[in-house]
Amino acid sequence: MADVRIDGVGKKYAGRAILSDLSLTLNDGECFTLLGPSGCGKTVLMRLIAGFETPDSGLISIGGEAVANAATGQMVPPDKRGLGMVFQDYAVWPHMSVFDNVAYPLKLAGTDAVALRERTLRAVGLVGLDGLEARLPSQLSGGQQQRVALARALVSEPRLLLLDEPLNNLDANLREEMRFEIKALQQKLGITILYVTHDQEIALGISDRIAVMDENGALRQIGAPEEVYERPVDDFVFRFLGIANFLPVRRDGDLLYIGGSMAAWVGPPPDKAGAKFTAGFRPSDVLLGRDEGSQPGLPGVVRRASFLGAQVDYLIDIAGTLVRAALPSHECLARNLLFVEGDRCRVELATVQWFAGEIVAGERA
Amino acid sequence: MSIAKDSRFGTPEILFGLSVSVLVIVVAVPMLLIFFNAFWVDGHFNVVDVVNVLRQPQTYKALGNSLVLSVGVTITGTIVGTFFAWLVTRTDLPFKKSMKLLFLVPFMLPAFIGALAWKMLLSPRAGYINRFFMDVLGFDGPIFDIYTYAGIILVETMYLFPFVFIQVSGALERMDPTLEESARISGADLLTITRKITIPLVLPSILSGALLIMLYSMAHFGTVAVLGIETGIYNIPTLIYEKIHQSAGSFDSIRTATVLATVLVITAALILWLQNKVLSKGRYQIIAGKSFRPTELKLRGLRVPLFIFCLLYIGFTIVLPTATIFMVGGLKTYGLPFTAENLTLANYNHILFEWDLTRDAIWNSISLGLSSALITMFAGVVISYVIVKMKVRGKGILEFLGMLPFSVPGSVIALGVILAWSGKFGINLYNTVWIILLAYIARYMAFSLKANSAALEQVHDSLVEAARASGATMAQALRDIVIPLVRPGMIAAFFLIFLPALRELTVSVLLYGPTTRTIGVAIYTLNEDGETVYSAALAGIALVIIVLGEVLIKRLVTGKNNS
Repeated sequence: MADVRIDGVGKKYAGRAILSDLSLTLNDGECFTLLGPSGCGKTVLMRLIAGFETPDSGLISIGGEAVANAATGQMVPPDKRGLGMVFQDYAVWPHMSVFDNVAYPLKLAGTDAVALRERTLRAVGLVGLDGLEARLPSQLSGGQQQRVALARALVSEPRLLLLDEPLNNLDANLREEMRFEIKALQQKLGITILYVTHDQEIALGISDRIAVMDENGALRQIGAPEEVYERPVDDFVFRFLGIANFLPVRRDGDLLYIGGSMAAWVGPPPDKAGAKFTAGFRPSDVLLGRDEGSQPGLPGVVRRASFLGAQVDYLIDIAGTLVRAALPSHECLARNLLFVEGDRCRVELATVQWFAGEIVAGERA
Repeated sequence: MSIAKDSRFGTPEILFGLSVSVLVIVVAVPMLLIFFNAFWVDGHFNVVDVVNVLRQPQTYKALGNSLVLSVGVTITGTIVGTFFAWLVTRTDLPFKKSMKLLFLVPFMLPAFIGALAWKMLLSPRAGYINRFFMDVLGFDGPIFDIYTYAGIILVETMYLFPFVFIQVSGALERMDPTLEESARISGADLLTITRKITIPLVLPSILSGALLIMLYSMAHFGTVAVLGIETGIYNIPTLIYEKIHQSAGSFDSIRTATVLATVLVITAALILWLQNKVLSKGRYQIIAGKSFRPTELKLRGLRVPLFIFCLLYIGFTIVLPTATIFMVGGLKTYGLPFTAENLTLANYNHILFEWDLTRDAIWNSISLGLSSALITMFAGVVISYVIVKMKVRGKGILEFLGMLPFSVPGSVIALGVILAWSGKFGINLYNTVWIILLAYIARYMAFSLKANSAALEQVHDSLVEAARASGATMAQALRDIVIPLVRPGMIAAFFLIFLPALRELTVSVLLYGPTTRTIGVAIYTLNEDGETVYSAALAGIALVIIVLGEVLIKRLVTGKNNS
């Protein structure tokens, strides 16, 4: 079991800084996710921890023991760091059977034959591959190969497990299933997990804590899933964790208006001082009503309506800004809220994140 | 502790340095010496002399002959190759699978042995077929004279058409049939589809195969040497041979040879460049990875006649020459009719067990083949590893140097090796086996690099990293992961080198000394000396060795895949 400390780490490639002065601590036994867009340097950070890259500056320690120290040039090679790793492309060795793949770390450690067999079979069973020990990877599906990689990473009971987008190449059902399994395994074995992904859904579902990284390799926010989801520190984090609507709001004296229009803002007031704000909200935060006399809310026009089964997806024009709304189908049916294009409606917002200044909406109108 | 220092000058740099020096010594120096000798006279750069050499009738005739012969072979070979490729992939010809394999057999047979057989059959006065027509049927003259341009083109076509056949049948097999089906749905008949869809789509494959034939024919020594020299038809490689051998290494003849070699290198580079262009242009998305079942043309009434035609073609181009070689090899004296009392096994016995010259030749070819294949295979793994896997600057040089011999004809490599290792740098290897070994290594390095880099590219970096993360040191990861995965590539490289080296003639004929004949050289010189019977017998033995070798590989390779 181990905590991981990253202290002022920097890494350059061909003169371009990928990471600079990055500090982060992973607590012992937690499932920690590094969430960020592709190419933001999250994989580089993982490879630094694994020992496949050497930091240009800073210090990395695992379980209190320094494994990389740029100042002294100290560098523990990957094979001496006592970790397990699952790669994005599985990296299951094609010339070895499932059993040999999983047993390899134990073989290297010089485990005696009886214990090796017993522990390998236990790891294979743990990921639900019992009976497939003799198969070659080419005879397995993608999901099964993924499990082999996971069993191989777990078999030597590493103090730290590094997972680099391991569920990327799986189909949606399998991805969900594996996500639960990884979480269950982590709780059962009590190991520290670092999980790297750009998929916010997996990150929210699996993590004890999430760190959101921007495209420049800087950490924007670290916190529990519900914290980063519900209380994003800035619009980057808000945008990254789901579909984001942004509505510009300006203060004119005591009154609030939407964008540059004369339409009044209706809803919770900004929690900040200043003249210009942006209201951020999710499609699920939108409550719709028919445009009838007494109905409260912002006036809107439905531009597009898509029935998606469990929910209905609307694109709504509020004083020139397009926002997306998602309503449960049953509610639409019960309350006569099945709109068609061109219908007028009223928009209320259940919760609003306030951001200072004006933010260009990321939504495709 | 001093990791930072190590990463600036560690194993990658040492391996890189080693690889570069090996390739420079084996490949770059000989090549540069050719250009140097061609353009550098009496201490200064000289183009006038190059032009003078090219203006000698002997030289420009050889250039012209090379051109005429290679263009001729390219046209006939392309027609034959495309036709048979279409026949075995897109029609309901009987026994298509076996036919396809049979059409690949000429690739195994060395062209100069074929030329030898055809000389025995169709030389104007002594050829068995001509004699049959003249003596038995009472013809006034020979029905066909093999010592002509047409004769040479015909013989080369028989052995080179598989270049086009392989490329085109491959493309036709992999072509997505929906492309043709959608044309059909649009209302096109089969003829229109063939003309408007199929042919344009396989055209890049046809052209690329045609250019390979041209490249090979341009640099081809054996057939022209066997069939052309009698009537004074020289091409560039045979003239280089003539210059080096007849003139006992005088400076003038070496210069002429280097100028010819330069022309050959430039032409070959041009052809390869064209081929690259054709291939990169032709890579539409037509070729899907999977093998589909394309629509077959019903040959109906032509089915049986075409099948018989194919059998006749194979009988005429493979069975007849091969049988001739073995029969002539068994004759007591060349020219006797093939009757029981004229046939004997004594020739074979003499060659295999009594005569030092031929026994040496067989031993030389086998040991040269084995050692060049082993050395090149291991050097190729290391160099490919540097090229594919290591992050070192300047590895483009390695790739260029390693692939260079691929476009350099054998006679040019041999000439370069002579220039480099005949005492110029204090080492004289001339007339030893070592000079042939060096030339083989240079010549076949590209094969090894291709096979090994292809294998190494399959070994994704993460496979090694996964081993490191599992607790393996770099050495353990190499032993347990990289080497087992690259082994098939290494084996392929070994045989890609061993088999051609076994039957090699073009290079060794320029380099052999009194005791360093190879099988190819021995067959060729015995034939030159009029020892036709022994020449044929040795050729027969060579064919047996080659076929055994090919069968052995097939066994090994398929055996590996099954397990």
